[in-house]
Amino acid sequence: MSLRRFILKRVLLVFPILLGVSIVTFSLVKLTPGNPVQVAIGLNPDMGPQEIARLKQRYGLTQPAWKQYLNWLGDIVLHGDFGSTYGARERAVSDIIANRLPETVVLGLFGWVFALAIAIPTGIYAAVRKDELGDHVSRFVALAGISLPNFWLGLMLILVFALVLNLFPVSAPRKPLWHPATLWYLLLPGITIGTASASNLMRIMRSSMAEEMNKEYVTAARAKGLPERTVVLKHVLRNSLISVTTVAAFLTAAIVSGSVVVEQVFGWPGLGRELIAAVRNRQVDLILGITLFTGVAIILANLLADILYAVLDPRIRYD
Amino acid sequence: MTLLEVNDLTVSFYTEEGVVTAVDDLSYRIESGETFGVVGESGAGKSVTALSLMRLIEEPGRIESGEILFRGEDILKMSESEVRSVRGNEIAMIFQDAQTALNPVYSVGEQISEAIRHHLGYDDDAARDRTVQLLDRVGIPDAESRYGDYPHEFSGGMQQRAVIAMALSCDPALLIADEPTTALDVTTEAKILDQIQDLADEFDTAVQLITHDLGVVAKICERVMVMYAGRPVEKASVEDLYYDPKHPYTVGLMSSIPRIGDERDRLQTIPGTMPDLVDVPPGCAFHPRCPYAEECCARKRPPLVDPETGDASTAADDRAAACLEYTGDLENGLDFEVTVEGEDPLVEEEQDAR
Ligand SMILES: Nc1ncnc2c1ncn2[C@@H]1O[C@H](COP(=O)(O)OP(=O)(O)OP(=O)(O)O)[C@@H](O)[C@H]1O
Ligand code: SF4
Ligand SMILES: [Mg+2]
Repeated sequence: MSLRRFILKRVLLVFPILLGVSIVTFSLVKLTPGNPVQVAIGLNPDMGPQEIARLKQRYGLTQPAWKQYLNWLGDIVLHGDFGSTYGARERAVSDIIANRLPETVVLGLFGWVFALAIAIPTGIYAAVRKDELGDHVSRFVALAGISLPNFWLGLMLILVFALVLNLFPVSAPRKPLWHPATLWYLLLPGITIGTASASNLMRIMRSSMAEEMNKEYVTAARAKGLPERTVVLKHVLRNSLISVTTVAAFLTAAIVSGSVVVEQVFGWPGLGRELIAAVRNRQVDLILGITLFTGVAIILANLLADILYAVLDPRIRYD
Repeated sequence: MTLLEVNDLTVSFYTEEGVVTAVDDLSYRIESGETFGVVGESGAGKSVTALSLMRLIEEPGRIESGEILFRGEDILKMSESEVRSVRGNEIAMIFQDAQTALNPVYSVGEQISEAIRHHLGYDDDAARDRTVQLLDRVGIPDAESRYGDYPHEFSGGMQQRAVIAMALSCDPALLIADEPTTALDVTTEAKILDQIQDLADEFDTAVQLITHDLGVVAKICERVMVMYAGRPVEKASVEDLYYDPKHPYTVGLMSSIPRIGDERDRLQTIPGTMPDLVDVPPGCAFHPRCPYAEECCARKRPPLVDPETGDASTAADDRAAACLEYTGDLENGLDFEVTVEGEDPLVEEEQDAR
């Protein structure tokens, strides 16, 4: 099987997975208590049964669950309509997502790039200098990085860099996302969101690298007279990256879920912050929409990791 | 002309169980163009010796002492970059297990070309052409189209051939073949050995052939060194080793060469196993298994000497054995007799040559 066919197969596989994710998302959100009618009753306890029935009709709650699901999915697939919020000011969920999604994607990608930029070089360094001082120091720092909760790290960064050193504004009104100055605002939340992943990645990088270094092909590469640089950065690195890609998808999930807390702490106007507000106000359609997008993001990350895996490891394509 | 001279080489591994002296005071030499055999059971230190020649011993191992003179220059005293220009270029190695010696994520062709580009300074296309020729030369069918294949797409025999092509890629003066055929079936084994021999003749390459099969040695080597527990126990020309072995261990190995119609497994006829190198028996390391062992064998370590004169042997000597018989310590002497039964591998070789 060629690489192209492998990729095609994996891409096609995404559709049934997406369907599954939509079913799970819908069921979970519907099973949680709270719907627009209850909210309305909460606001106006004197509502009569007729009024309630009319509301239920309006939000489609009289139909059986499977029909509600099909309606919801049909609207999304056919019209790109994710429903809308209710209350004083109705907003289309698709508009909210379109506005907020880029914010979260940029933040998440920045966290990823930060994690990779830190983890790959230090992982290589630690593996090459295994059991020397540099290895121990980096391992200690990594352990600390994994142990720090996101919200605490975020608050500490704000405290030190924004309040004490005055280098950053404390969640001041920000320039639009595509303004170059945004990079500056991105720094603290991006580091916060990427730290745990960087630490995890670095440890995985180090251990897979150290394991690969003991293999005989490394001795064989040295026996060819290649410089140590080539042996490590060409022969060993590519093999160790294979095991790194297998965990990359997990780390994406960690970054996505981390964004909820980090956006809240830094006042970053992304989907995570929107989700917290939506849960607080029981905006069912919005919760559904955001959860669905989160699922899609993780599926895409998995797909990307799988493809990268196959590109790195020629043995994979034949499975 | 002497191509390689190893003097008093000692290599130790500092393991958790203790210090393992995998190579203990080893001396030998290899002439240009000759095929030199290194024989011994598993764990005798053959691979460690081979890796030492290219200074590829890694943690927890250490080359403790000795000299490795290649064309008169001591490899152990060279700078890192000088050693690198020798590795793969002047001394090349065929690894014991081709499957693990190949990097699974690069194509076989690329793994051969990279050495050619590095040492000979060829550009991509020229290195590719040379690699295809080499693959063809070692008998890979359809070499041009197999260039881009990954190791897992090659059969075991083809992987071994690819590793041979890799070792020959820069026309080395010395080829170390570390049990190049153990992983293969008998027919492939015979073909590959023939091939190594042909190629060595064609390129006038000296070969250090490592094996635990004396039958293989008889077929293609000129001189042989027998190792036991990291130490040399006998050095001889192939003829001397077969018709007039001097060391009881060699005799034991000999009687275990499988002859046609013989169903015994190799090396089964010497009772016992080689000692754990963390705890080598005192005196002669072979004494627990030696049928001629006497009380002095557990006390005194037999030096490697000329069996005729009893004088200490050096790398230059062709005939030497390490048994107390030749220092006059043994009271009852060695009373083995050598008879050649069945087909004589040396005679067979001469017939082949005609
Ligand atoms: N990396 C290592 N760490 C610790 N000990 C080692 C290492 N490599 C080799 N040794 C020790 O050196 C001894 C000799 O090993 P070597 O690989 O040279 O044996 P060999 O003669 O090549 O055997 P075989 O026929 O099985 O290949 C082994 O018994 C082992 O105890
Ligand atoms: S020294 Fe003793 S134990 Fe060693 S080979 Fe000779 S007779 Fe046997
Ligand atoms: Mg070996």
